[in-house]
Amino acid sequence: MNAPAPAATAPPLIEFRNVSKFFGTVVALKDVSFQVTAGGVACCLLGDNGAGKSTLIKTLSGVHKPSEGEIFIDGAPVEFESPREAIDYGIATVYQDLALVPLMSITRNFFMGREPVKKVVGFPVFDSVFAARVALEELDKFGIRVPDPNQAVGTLSGGQRQCLAIARAVYFGAKILILDEPTAALGVKQSSNVLKMIMRVRNRGVGIIFITHNVQHATLVGDSFSVLNRGRTLGYYEKNEITPDELYNKMAGGEEMASLESEVQQLRTES
Amino acid sequence: MSETDETNEPSVAGERLRTIPKWQQLMRRPEMGAVGGALIVFAFFGIVAGDSGMFSASGTANFLEWSAFLGIIAIAAALLMIGGEFDLSVGSMIGFAGICIAIPLTEWGWPLWLAVLFAFAVAVCVGGINAALVNKTGLPSFIITLAMLFILRGLTIAITRLLTNRTQIPNLRDHYETCTTNAAGIRFCEVSDPVAWLFSGRIGEGWFTEIVNGVEVPAWNGLPMVVIWWIVLAAVATFVLLRTQFGNWIFAVGGDKLAARNVGVPVERVKTILFICTACAATLFATIQVLDAGSADTQRGVLKEFEAIIAAVIGGCLLTGGYGSAIGAAIGALIFGTVFQGIYYTDVNTDWFKVFLGLMLIIAVVFNNYIRTRATTSK
Repeated sequence: MNAPAPAATAPPLIEFRNVSKFFGTVVALKDVSFQVTAGGVACCLLGDNGAGKSTLIKTLSGVHKPSEGEIFIDGAPVEFESPREAIDYGIATVYQDLALVPLMSITRNFFMGREPVKKVVGFPVFDSVFAARVALEELDKFGIRVPDPNQAVGTLSGGQRQCLAIARAVYFGAKILILDEPTAALGVKQSSNVLKMIMRVRNRGVGIIFITHNVQHATLVGDSFSVLNRGRTLGYYEKNEITPDELYNKMAGGEEMASLESEVQQLRTES
Repeated sequence: MSETDETNEPSVAGERLRTIPKWQQLMRRPEMGAVGGALIVFAFFGIVAGDSGMFSASGTANFLEWSAFLGIIAIAAALLMIGGEFDLSVGSMIGFAGICIAIPLTEWGWPLWLAVLFAFAVAVCVGGINAALVNKTGLPSFIITLAMLFILRGLTIAITRLLTNRTQIPNLRDHYETCTTNAAGIRFCEVSDPVAWLFSGRIGEGWFTEIVNGVEVPAWNGLPMVVIWWIVLAAVATFVLLRTQFGNWIFAVGGDKLAARNVGVPVERVKTILFICTACAATLFATIQVLDAGSADTQRGVLKEFEAIIAAVIGGCLLTGGYGSAIGAAIGALIFGTVFQGIYYTDVNTDWFKVFLGLMLIIAVVFNNYIRTRATTSK
């Protein structure tokens, strides 16, 4: 077990230390340790379906409490009593479904649930001019170009939608951003846009937890890596501690892959 | 999928902002289909029945009044549809609200204003029950409110027969009008209730006059209050939808309930308010109708729920929620009312009205569906 080295200077934004979560006899997470620094991208690589992804996200966002282990924020141990509390610490999650409404405009989606309001003759009125301006500006900061803030989100590409959801989370004060497989359903070009977006967000000092199946994407943007397989962690590595090949082997489950290779080879010769 | 807009390099904000002309933005509004439809309908009747008196002051007041009644419930139905739900109990609620006014008035001797207040209180409860059932069970509102349609209609008939032994409650005016006979033997009646004018009054009697036998007399009875309600409600609902936080929540809840909940929109509360709105709109409809007719009838409002939904759909609402317009529903009701009344001024047999209605509905649904597809696919 490679426990993260104690931080030399500023404490990490968030740190998991040997966090486990059990549901009855089911081990959903076991001894997961990683840390995210401000302006760092911690990649969480998923080895398999049922890697423990949703339990990890729910533990991060305050839905579940760890059964064992500790969570530190800015070096101090915390226990989230509710998702609300996690949000108050600046932890934001961009779920796979993005929480965007395709039929609504970019502006209305950007401010959905947190609409800016101004008083007009005593009435609280949705400040659409301010909302449109801010939505455009915020997207622009991350290089997302939309011709019209009033166009429906449904007309955006998958990559643009992902970026919109991320930009929204950052605008509303995310310090620690959990990205749930943001490149999963995207093509090469769109994935690269999302990866660039991740780097731009990182450069603004946000700590990112990038959950993905894709080793290539992880090694491109990641500063540290942890591999989850069937709820168990296969180690935590800083960028200089592991090569992409080693990481790939870890993900594929080393021995399993070797035996699969020999089996496939055998089938090939049989034909 | 074109990638021209995804160069993904930071730029100066606004530099590549394509400005879309105001008229083009207007053309994209969901109610534009209904506006076009209304223009066609008016052009048609202008040509076919232009000189028949349909568009005289009193003729216009006639079809406006009919449209306004439908418009009131169509606007509320549109808000609810945008919020992703249906209310099929609207028609039955009209009948139920009618007897909720008439029975306290005739059987219990309540003043009119209190009876009206009582009916609205009942409406809030009915809307609340609809919403609670939909929210708690997660079942489609279509089936929940279909059940409520029967429950309310049954209650209306059962209670009325139980208390009055009949299915109509006539002569309500006797309970809120005081009549005197003057020396010349002419009976004058005066409404003695403080709120009655809100629902049964007319305005602008003197706006149009004609000369009969050298004497200037009013050419119409004025504009019924229901038309004012219709216009005011359309304006208020449109304002709420487009310019308030709650309006954004309605779109969000109807567009994607889960997404809305994930960003903190109080989904259940929004739906509850919308269900209460449809029940209250039905009660407003009933109040105006009861005061207009001076009677309550247990069969009032039958099939009105469907007419309201049709008007909302013609007005641009998607059946699946998340898209639509309140002013569109008001215009949908106008199309409905104009054709319904206008057909009497033409040589066309009125039997054809329902055929026309069905065709309109199909055209509107196909058109809306096309708009939705265009709005939700990547360019």
